[in-house]
This record gives sequence, C-alpha cells and structure tokens, in this order.
Amino acid sequence: MDEFPKGSVGLIQPQTQHFDSPLPLANGRVLPAYHIIYETYGELNRDKSNAVLICHALSGDHHAAGFYSKDDKQPGWWDNYIGPGKAIDTNEFFVISLNNIGGCNGSTGPLTINAETGKPWGADFPTLRVRDWVETQKRLADILGIQRWAAIVGASLGGMQAMRWALEYPERVGHCVAIASALKLTAQNIAFNETARQAIMADPDFFKGNYDEHNTIPQNGLAVARMIGHITYLSGDGMGEKFGRELRSGSFSLGCDDPLEFEIESYLRYQGARFSTKFDANTYILMTRALDYFDLAREYQDNAVDAFSHATCKFLVISFTTDWRFSSERSKEIVQALLHAKKTVSYAEIESSYGHDAFLVPNKRYNDVFSSFMKNIAIDIKTNGAKTVGMKQGEH
Amino acid sequence: MRIDLDIICSYVKNNQDVLDLGCGDGALLKLLGDKKNINGVGLENDHEKITECIEKNIAVVEHDLNKGLRQFDNNSYDVVIMTLALQAMQRPDHVLDEMLRIGKECIVTFPNFAHWRARLHLMLHGKMPVSDLLPYQWYDTPNIHFCTIKDFEDLCVEKDISIIHKDMVCETNIRSFLCKLHPNLFSETAIYHLTRN
Repeated sequence: MDEFPKGSVGLIQPQTQHFDSPLPLANGRVLPAYHIIYETYGELNRDKSNAVLICHALSGDHHAAGFYSKDDKQPGWWDNYIGPGKAIDTNEFFVISLNNIGGCNGSTGPLTINAETGKPWGADFPTLRVRDWVETQKRLADILGIQRWAAIVGASLGGMQAMRWALEYPERVGHCVAIASALKLTAQNIAFNETARQAIMADPDFFKGNYDEHNTIPQNGLAVARMIGHITYLSGDGMGEKFGRELRSGSFSLGCDDPLEFEIESYLRYQGARFSTKFDANTYILMTRALDYFDLAREYQDNAVDAFSHATCKFLVISFTTDWRFSSERSKEIVQALLHAKKTVSYAEIESSYGHDAFLVPNKRYNDVFSSFMKNIAIDIKTNGAKTVGMKQGEH
Repeated sequence: MRIDLDIICSYVKNNQDVLDLGCGDGALLKLLGDKKNINGVGLENDHEKITECIEKNIAVVEHDLNKGLRQFDNNSYDVVIMTLALQAMQRPDHVLDEMLRIGKECIVTFPNFAHWRARLHLMLHGKMPVSDLLPYQWYDTPNIHFCTIKDFEDLCVEKDISIIHKDMVCETNIRSFLCKLHPNLFSETAIYHLTRN
C-alpha cells in the first residue's frame, strides 16, 4: 500500500524487555528469567497518567494495531478499535500491548530455550494462571514508570486479566474494561478446551509436547484444535449466513460421484491449517488451561462480590448477543457481582451475528459505547492533569 | 431544568446509594450526582439512551425491567427511583413491591390520567386521550397501565405503603394552586416518595 489507512497507528516496531529477577508462579514453580515482547501506540504524557494496557485473548499477541511494513496486508488484531480517533484513541492514550509469557510470538514460552537445559522448554514450560500474567504486566509497568493504568482493557481471556488486575493491584487501575469475558468458565466451555487439547495430544507428531526434539510439529492436531475453537467462536446463525450449505466442489446431481465439499468444511480446514503453521501447540495447551483454571472468586471463598469489593476502579462490561462461548449471562454475572459490591459499572449487550469473535469486528453500537467510555477517561486525565499542574504551580 | 427532577432531587439525601429504573439519558442521575453526590446506577433498555448515559459518565446497566429485579438483594439501595415508567410496566404493583424490597425508600412519578384535559378529551371526543405528553395511540402506546392519583393512593393503602412526600406538577404556576386545590383534576405528573410501613 502507498500509505496507511486513516485511523491507523501506522508503522509499528515491537520492543523486547528482558527480566532477570526470578518470577514466582502461582503453581509454585519459579521462572528464573524471561522476556516480554510488546508494542506501544500513542505518546505517554508527562505525568504518565494516560497509559492503557491491552490484554490479549487465547491466540492473540502483542501486535494489536498498525502494520509492520508497507506490504503488510493485515493490521494488528484489534486495529478496528485502536488508533487515532478510534475507541482506544491513540491521540489521547499511550497504549501498551504485549505478548504474554507462555506465548509463541516473541515472549518467553515453550519455544524459548531453557537456559538450564539448553533446549526449548517445550512441554516442561510451567503451567500458568492469569495472575502470573498480571504479575509480568505489572513488572513491565514498573520498568516503564507507569504507576497507574488509566485503563486495562481485555476481551475473553484478556478480560479475565483486566479483572484480576483490578483485584490484585486496585491502586494501579483506573478503569477496567472486560469484553465478552466471564468470572470463570462453565463445564461446557472447559469441555471444548479439553477436546481441542486432546486433538493436539492425539497427533502422533506431538510426542508428549517434546515435538521439537523429534523435529516434528503436531500440525494436524493443532489444526483440529483450532477448528473446534473456531466453531465455538462463531454463531450458528452467522455461520449459516456466511456459508449455508453451499458446496465448494462436487455436485448432488444423480449419477455424479465427484468428491463433495461444503464451503464450511473448506473454510474450517483453511483456518485450521493456517493457524497450525503460525501457532505453537504447547502454547495452545497452556493458554486453554489458563482459561480453564481461572476463577476470579476462588480465593475469596467463591464469592465474586467479596472479590470485587477489593477493586476501586470503574468498570465497563460488554457482551454480544450471539456469543455462546462467553455468553451474555456470564457478563451479567460480572455486572451483578459488581453492583452488589457497590462498584461503578456500565454494561451493554451488543447485537451482533459474529458470536464470540464479535469483539474484533466493526460494530457501530459496540464502538459508540466503548468510545464514549474511553472518552470520559481521557477527559478525566486532562482534568486531573490540569489540577496537578495547578498544584505544582501553587507550590512555587 | 425539568421541575419534576428538581423535586425528586429534594427527596434524596447526600451520598445515598441510588438505583434509577428506566434511567433514560441519565439526566436525573447526573443531577443527583452533581447536587447530592450520590452513588448511582441506572437500568435502561433503550440502546441510544444507554450510550447517552455513558457519554455523560453515568453508570448504566442494560436491562429490561419487565424481566424482573430478582438479582437485586433486599435493602441494597437507599433509594430506588422510577420516573414516568410505572405505567409502562406489565405489573406496576409488582414493580412497586420490588422497588420497596430493594430500596429502603422509593420515588415514583407517573402521568395522572385524571388530569382535566384527559377527562375533557374523553368526554368531548369519546376517544382515548392523545396529548403532547402522551402522544401515542391506544394500540401502540407503551403506557399500558394508566392510573390516576386516586388509584395510586388506593394501591398504597392496600399495600400498606406509607407516603413520605408527594408533589404534583403542572405546566404553570397558576395551576400549582389548582394542583393543591384538586390534585387529581389539575396535576399532570404525580411524584411520590414512599417507604414500607
């Protein structure tokens, strides 16, 4: 392309931060050292009060907005909502998006060489919980000098990180935006994740997660895992509208014996195959387990109201009508717990036929609600900033 | 400024927890926030209005009031408010019960169907009244349970609800004298501040 589209953050260069201090993990193990790859969009203001953290979902990464080169066909995964004049307005906010540890896009994860063994971590990479990510994100914030996030924003598994932040470090979170998320997964939701994991583990190329040693990749298993996931991220109606029973090839004519293929089969196979070359199977297992293990209220005697009583930030909760993987009912549970805990919360249920994936897709009402919420945060920052400057001047 | 909002504001004490049922564009919650520093949240079903609330920095939760309020605990708010929406509920009496279960007090406002113009309209034309305030036809109106001031107070007696304050609103000052003289004939909007006995 000759120039980047209007509203794009443009050319982006990821950065890497190394951490030497050991990270004690929720499962009792310790990660001796690690690095985190991240991107930033917009400018950090003088009092460092306009930072927004983006927490990614299951298969997300640090590349949330912009392009890596002029030849890039696709921008970052949340480019629809991050950029100048967009919901997360980079004219107002300094946005940080990172790849969580355990990932496979540049941060320390199963593909990284374990210094102790000289081999990739592979299946031995510690299982992680959402709170471990919060801890690494906090350490990154410390290094960047961000004492308090204006907002932490996440969808799905990302929303769980944003909510965990609000409980673990209440003084460091101004606003929490949890989109298409949940207090915990349902049994059905865990069941989908386990089926996806079993598809990977059943692949003869998996070798109990140590496929690297065998110079293989469990591509078939990972592709099926992705197909299972993908079905649950779309709505039945959306899939019907897009693919129906259309045939990709072959025919039902009598006497015709050509191989038949439905459009949906072809689409899913393509999605699965593409994903299996880009993503790491051990990371997929690790991320789905982190999803399964998450339970916001577990250490608060299973009482979400008690859990949220620790938060001090304002909340925005959004769900989508056709999302059945993280249904509106789950978001309403979040909202109700917040209301019981007397926290400030707004909630909107957005009409969309895109199922769970709706959080990625352009949608007017979603954009209006999200933008309006973020605009008030920007106004808040400016008002408080003016107050701080006024106080400093008064002191002289 | 809508006079009814000012009156409601006068019933609410500083720093109270307020739940506004059918909060519309958030005008009342904004006023209560500015004047009484309340901790408030609104429930609303209209998409445009939800966005308007968020634009105003008013906490709003999307919810269809006809689906009930069972998710709210007893006495979890100081005041539960419903302005000009009681008549649109499927069971106003149940809503009133719920408001007084959730709130220690409640404030309701409703259009008085016994206002002289409504009476005159029905008498002269023999048709359901249509006015600026109530611009709907009988078949498309959301206002499915109209009542008069007398009807409402009968319900309060029946349910053993005590009236802390009440105020009647008409368009002009001269009528406010008439309002006091004969509220059921001259009041356009009734405002009640209620609690359980």
